[in-house]
Amino acid sequence: MFAYTLRRLLGAIPTILLLITAAFFLMHAAPGGPFTSERKLPPEVLANIQARYGLDQPLWKQLWDYLTNIVLHFDFGPSFKFKDRDVNDIIAQGFPISLTYGTLAFLAASIVGIALGVTAAIRHNSWVDYTAVSLGIAAQALPNFIMGPILILTFTLWLGVLPGGGWNGGQWQYLIMPVIALSTSYMGSIARITRSSMLEVLNSNFIRTARAKGLPVRAVIWRHALKPTMLPVISYLGPVFVYVLTGSVFVDLYFSTGGLGQAYVGSALSRDYAVLLGVTILYGVLTVFVNLITDLAYAWFDPKIRY
Amino acid sequence: MTHMSKPLVAALLAGTMLTSQAFAAGTHPVTGEALADDQTFTYRVLDEHSSLDPQVVEDVTGSEVVRDLFEGLMNQDAEGNLVPGVATGYEASDDKTEYTFTLRDNAKWSNGEPVVAGDFVYAWRRAVNPELSSPYSWFMELMSIENAAEIIAGEMPVEELGVSAPDDQTLVVKLSAPLPYFPQMTTHATTFPAPQKVIEEFGTDWTKPENIVSNGAYVLTEHMPMERSVRERNEMYWDNESTIIDRVEALVINDENVALTRYMAGELDRTEIPAGQFPRLKAEMPEEAVSFPRLCNYYYTFNLSESGPEVFKDVNVRKALALAVDRKIITENILAGGQPQAFTFTPAATAGFEVPEVEMASMTQAERDEMARELLAEAGYGPDNPLKFSMIYNTSDDHKKIAVALSQMWKQKLGVEAELGNMEWKVFLEERGNQNFELARGAWCGDYNEASTFLDLLTSPSGYNDGKYSNARVDALMQEARTASDTGPLYTEVEQILAEEMPVIPIYHYAGVYMLDSDVGNWPVDNVEQNWYSKDLYKIAE
Amino acid sequence: MFGRSEKSVALAEGVAASAEVRGRSLWRDARERFVRNRAAMVCLAVLGLIVLFCILGPLFAVWSNEEIDWVIMGDVRGSGGPSLETGHFFGVDELGRDLYSRTIQATTTSLLVGLIGASMALVVGTIYGLVSGYLGGRVDAAMMRVVDILLAIPLTLVIILILVIAGRSFIVLFLALGAVSWLSMARIVRGQTLALKGREFIEAARAGGVGEVKIMARHILPNLLGVVIVYASLLVPEMILAESFISFLGLGISEPNTSLGSLIAEGAGTMAYGTIWQLLFPLFFYVTIIITMFFIGDGLRDALDPKDR
Repeated sequence: MFAYTLRRLLGAIPTILLLITAAFFLMHAAPGGPFTSERKLPPEVLANIQARYGLDQPLWKQLWDYLTNIVLHFDFGPSFKFKDRDVNDIIAQGFPISLTYGTLAFLAASIVGIALGVTAAIRHNSWVDYTAVSLGIAAQALPNFIMGPILILTFTLWLGVLPGGGWNGGQWQYLIMPVIALSTSYMGSIARITRSSMLEVLNSNFIRTARAKGLPVRAVIWRHALKPTMLPVISYLGPVFVYVLTGSVFVDLYFSTGGLGQAYVGSALSRDYAVLLGVTILYGVLTVFVNLITDLAYAWFDPKIRY
Repeated sequence: MTHMSKPLVAALLAGTMLTSQAFAAGTHPVTGEALADDQTFTYRVLDEHSSLDPQVVEDVTGSEVVRDLFEGLMNQDAEGNLVPGVATGYEASDDKTEYTFTLRDNAKWSNGEPVVAGDFVYAWRRAVNPELSSPYSWFMELMSIENAAEIIAGEMPVEELGVSAPDDQTLVVKLSAPLPYFPQMTTHATTFPAPQKVIEEFGTDWTKPENIVSNGAYVLTEHMPMERSVRERNEMYWDNESTIIDRVEALVINDENVALTRYMAGELDRTEIPAGQFPRLKAEMPEEAVSFPRLCNYYYTFNLSESGPEVFKDVNVRKALALAVDRKIITENILAGGQPQAFTFTPAATAGFEVPEVEMASMTQAERDEMARELLAEAGYGPDNPLKFSMIYNTSDDHKKIAVALSQMWKQKLGVEAELGNMEWKVFLEERGNQNFELARGAWCGDYNEASTFLDLLTSPSGYNDGKYSNARVDALMQEARTASDTGPLYTEVEQILAEEMPVIPIYHYAGVYMLDSDVGNWPVDNVEQNWYSKDLYKIAE
Repeated sequence: MFGRSEKSVALAEGVAASAEVRGRSLWRDARERFVRNRAAMVCLAVLGLIVLFCILGPLFAVWSNEEIDWVIMGDVRGSGGPSLETGHFFGVDELGRDLYSRTIQATTTSLLVGLIGASMALVVGTIYGLVSGYLGGRVDAAMMRVVDILLAIPLTLVIILILVIAGRSFIVLFLALGAVSWLSMARIVRGQTLALKGREFIEAARAGGVGEVKIMARHILPNLLGVVIVYASLLVPEMILAESFISFLGLGISEPNTSLGSLIAEGAGTMAYGTIWQLLFPLFFYVTIIITMFFIGDGLRDALDPKDR
């Protein structure tokens, strides 16, 4: 297992390099650059700006300089849109925020979602099942762009108990709405996958055998059914985890949290090359890392798994 | 609380006020209104500012903050008139190519050091320095400062810029061409002074709250990117005593509906009203919903270049489409925020601009529709041979509504089939800029308060003329206007030519449509450029 | 309804058990079991009704989906609500266009987008995940790193580029949707395959000399179907919402046509301004689709579960 982990970690390096290269060329292929604006810059001004940011160099040279700066100085370059800030700065400021509300939302979604799903499966076709299913559907039926305004209208305008947005160092009042808005739709999906996976496992021969042997239901579920149930859930949770960790563009825009989610979409829209690449790398590293953890988790949940 | 006697509570309250709020509480020195104890002004901004460096900043949001943090030679008052800033006044040479500004001797940076003429020289050289590569360096070119263009092009060292400081209180500017409105341009952020020592010490980090040194009425005390920025009273400011607002908070709220909700919840003193909501809010809160003209226009431009469709080269087609647009429906039913209908390219609010008589403006919509049908028939289009083209706009709710309404008006009145296409902003700019369109949305906000900022757009050499309209007479008139003493007749003729040839379809002119808390005093609704200064505002006690 | 469905499931299981004895084919078996699943059948009927509504609804429409009702336009809040008199059964949108016709057109579009998008993810993701998981080792490592890279590449850029290269069209929209949605599916399928290929019956098949492709298709795939179908049914609403973002970027559906995602987003923005019907009607259809997908997915899962035989 140790050798496997090490191999995977080493394998991450070419993966990330490939990702950077692909993103880099995609980015430059997209129409419009960071300095395309309604007010077209005069050619001599544009030339100065491009020289300053090295955009006048051939693409391969730009990529090479970018990579060397990362390796030698851990410097991800300046932002082209926010001219007083650089990428290290933007990630250092936004990532902790996304990480905070993202982790909370992830925990809320997976704990409640898995609990709902397991309960529903155990009491298949009972009122518990239907309640859980209805909750799951309700959670899924309210995408975050409906949840956002509903939450703000309810808690800020009508009840007046929560601030309508902002972060304020992550005080709990500012966390509640982002976490709810982000977690609900995932909660529904997680509950759904858990439920069906659990149903499948409960139907399988070895559980039937265990139950036929007269083991108490609770013991059967905890000792035998839960682990195999988790396999597809974990496959689903992996990408979700990466997604919520880097924040959500909806949450950032609706609740002005200042997280990194909007940078991911925003930098692509504004063609803020360095920020876009920086965030992509962060996302890529997290993806590779989380997928490694997922694979290790598979082995833990099902020791027979071989890669 | 019930155990306390009333006088005791009153005494306690009075005590706290005396100690902490002695300065803010009181009455306004001019109007005599009672001032609120808490002099904090909180407003919504759409997006994070691009920069707080006066020479670098390029967006409206950033400029608003920079105008509070830094003070240039001249300021604007609530009507947009020029009033002294760091300079107490100026003198122009007879040929208007040399301006001498006299600086006040009591202006200070927030670290206590005096503001001297050298700070301006440093800042202006900085603005044109290719090394800084300011996106607004072209503004120094626009100001016609001697050698600015050559320095930006890298052909001369920055020291050659036509600005000098014979002594600490005198700034001399040499221009390459006479420019009567030069002093007006010194209210622009690019011309504000910069603290050389601080910039040299911290580099691009100098605008961070912990490093920044500024000379305006406020200093930056907090900045949480994408969340908010806070500026507080600068005790070193020369006119600090007249400043009433203590603290200004700019909250980044991207969604205008969320912003309005938060305004309703009392979290904001000012926010924009979403399109269509003004009449309802005005009825419910007449004191707070305000609307006033802005210096921007909104239009659709025909592609008249080689790559444009053949049909648009027919002036009758262009006129027919322009006539059939019922502007009243767009301004009253879609936007509904008090925007004026547009029949000319230049907004009526522009200083010194007389709206010329154009035929279309004086007709009723029924007459316009009738004429549109005739013109289109003349051009050879009708029910059996419908006119077809595509129109593009960048993705946004409001643009979408207007585009849909236009296409429906044309369809129902003229049987025209206009295919709608929305595009992401940068793709849109790229396509429009490369004449890769048939009909495209456009909008322009004045760089300065004078008609040429709009009309220059439609001259042949203009880089912003995406429709590639070209008329020698228009070019000549606009050239003449640069040095003419009476520009009125020239602009009138240009507008009349435009109305005759219709290279663009003017739709409406912008209005500032805000929810503005009634306790905010002195918001400059008459300043069409909306150059506002927090130091001129105050909060009235409720 | 639910009580009966329980009974019917039990019944279905009984029938299935007897079917086993008679040696019927897997598919026929599954179909029978699905037909006996009351909840799934009801939902299938509801989905059928929605489709029918999309087809027949326009016959009753007084207004087209693009016509602006100029009379109501200025006072949508006051007189734009649902009404038989004005002919706007679902009210009008912010511009005074008939929401009845727009909802029908949007539901048609979104159903297509959801179903086709999810099917593409299902086919591509399943095959990719199956091959990757089953072959394992280096092939698996390489294939999964490709997925990692594709997961991390900014979607916005990819869509903008697709738009630039291929232009705007309905087919390109499906390609874009398919391109983004199969990745999670592939990971889920691969995870399940990894677990399945270690099971005794696979080893037995292999020992018995069954070919690799046959093992994948005959022995692993049927065991994956439950998870795959449930996840695909989750993808349908996801695709419907993803479409509105893709259309925002200029690829996909353009005015005057619309989609449920766009209608819901518009309605959600203005929900506090007294025009709540603009949110509720499209949301009703969206939620109904989600519910039907849930139970149809569930029914299929039950029906296709090979262990139930």
